[in-house]
Amino acid sequence: MIASLAVLANTAVAQAAERTGMPVEEKLGLFFGSITIFILAVFLGIELISKVPTTLHTPLMSGTNAIHGIVLVGAMVVAGLANQDLLVTVLAFVAVIFAAGNVVGGFVVTDRMLQMFKSKRPDAGGKK
Amino acid sequence: MFNPVSWLLFQESEAAQRSWLGLTPSTDVYLTLAYIVAAACFIIGIRRLSSPKTARNGNRVAAVGMAVAVVATFFSSSIQNILFILVGIAIGSAIGFFLARSVQMTEMPQMVALFNAMGGGAAALTSTVEFLEIINRGSTPDLDVAISTVLGVLIGAMSFSGSIIAIAKLYGWISSAPITYGGQQIVNAVLALGAVGLGVWLIIAPNQLALIGLIALAAVLGVLLVLPIGGADMPVVISLLNSFTGMAAAFTGFVLSNPVLIIAGALVGASGMLLTVLMGRAMNRSVTNVIFGAFGSAGVDVGGGASAAGKSVRELGVDDAATLMAYANQVVVVPGYGMAVARAQNAVRELADILQSKGVTVKYAIHPVAGRMPGHMNVLLAEADVPYNQLFEMEDINPEFSRTDVALIIGANDVVNPAARNDPKSPIYGMPILDVDKAQNVIVMKRSMRSGFAGIENELFYEDRTSMLFGDAKDMAEALVASVKQL
Repeated sequence: MIASLAVLANTAVAQAAERTGMPVEEKLGLFFGSITIFILAVFLGIELISKVPTTLHTPLMSGTNAIHGIVLVGAMVVAGLANQDLLVTVLAFVAVIFAAGNVVGGFVVTDRMLQMFKSKRPDAGGKK
Repeated sequence: MFNPVSWLLFQESEAAQRSWLGLTPSTDVYLTLAYIVAAACFIIGIRRLSSPKTARNGNRVAAVGMAVAVVATFFSSSIQNILFILVGIAIGSAIGFFLARSVQMTEMPQMVALFNAMGGGAAALTSTVEFLEIINRGSTPDLDVAISTVLGVLIGAMSFSGSIIAIAKLYGWISSAPITYGGQQIVNAVLALGAVGLGVWLIIAPNQLALIGLIALAAVLGVLLVLPIGGADMPVVISLLNSFTGMAAAFTGFVLSNPVLIIAGALVGASGMLLTVLMGRAMNRSVTNVIFGAFGSAGVDVGGGASAAGKSVRELGVDDAATLMAYANQVVVVPGYGMAVARAQNAVRELADILQSKGVTVKYAIHPVAGRMPGHMNVLLAEADVPYNQLFEMEDINPEFSRTDVALIIGANDVVNPAARNDPKSPIYGMPILDVDKAQNVIVMKRSMRSGFAGIENELFYEDRTSMLFGDAKDMAEALVASVKQL
């Protein structure tokens, strides 16, 4: 696994260095920087929700669902590049629409769910 | 050695060299800083989402993080046609906002699945567009970009089409029963191999044809993987696809060398995977079992367990049921999806209130997977103003049933089926259930003798202590209220 990763990294670095003229160290740093934050984020994601009550499973699923709408940033970047190709432009436009729907819909629907929990909690004891 | 400061600077120098991005170093540093703030918001948001007291705030913190990331991206100089993007965001936001405000709480799983489909589709499309841009420029993508594109497109497209099928199953547009055919596993394996082959082709020799083929195959795979899964398992599937989309977003982040996509995607991918396992555990199912397993395989005798033949159920009148409950010490209400569909929550709460005013202790027993998703029933009851301190989780309420005079089951079925305890042949065997059969009397409010979501006969209905109250849950609950008032 590690060996294949190293081979992959080497090949990528060699290719990139050849094409862009970028110093090998920089490309290597960028690549391993990305891999590092990816792996750390995976562990963090597991740690973050290890003790979640069943009650919150649905809102949590919906909330994280909204967070992967971050792909909107990616969609904006690719849509933002001036482009003449119609196909690419249309695809990028659809990506932006989808991702924006994911973000806004996801957060709003999660808030709607959680609003019901919250408003009931404080006065639950006092009412009866 | 990874050095965050030099990594910040890498962004700069790389951008300066990749002139087609048109980035200037200064804006790029601010952009990266904004992305770090956004990533921190997501981490804090998910943390706060997993505790009841802070959940709503957590969702908002995550939303703020998202706003920071999106606004900062607008200021990045690589964005040239701002109006074009604004129009896209406006359309998407309007659609998302409208759907999120108008959806019924009972349709929540479909809603999450739909937003997930949009996210997965967006991830696949973004990777696709970036790849095409590189090819159209006449250059060859780096190996890491090519591999990330293949993974992002594959997982994103699968998540998209799989979510659409999950929605269709939940709405009943296609049969919620497992759809199986001979040689299914072989077909899937061949398609998966084909996708891997196309992926390798794409990596070795980047070309448009392989990319289109990969998208098509991935979409077909998503459909075929979800079709054989029964409707009852859809929540777990949606959670799994949610995790997939997170991973697809992370791979898109690799394609674009965008740290916030990598962090947020990996966070969602990992936490979503764990959440899927937790959900499966609540149903005593492993995730592999859900995807490839029992409900799905044609070999399982789905009718297994108690058979209806030769047994009869006892029907009960509304007034008798009302009397039974009004003179009880303790009534435990077991709500299920049927109650939600009939929109009977408010009538049920009214019944509970009036019983309490007569000195009856009323409690609600919430099975972890009551409704269509874990925690779904809590949301529905909270919507109907049921006091939180009357809701009891399965482990807390099960010892209470032997002291309970009446267990009132409203539109629940599989979660009270003793076959899960007694019948090793039953597809739900091993799932923890509510021990309603230990109560003195069991009243089952149900529209008909139709079986539950899992399609299994329920022997509880034929037991001596059980009586059936046939009718619409809302009408029946209202009739019970009227009848109890008369007593």
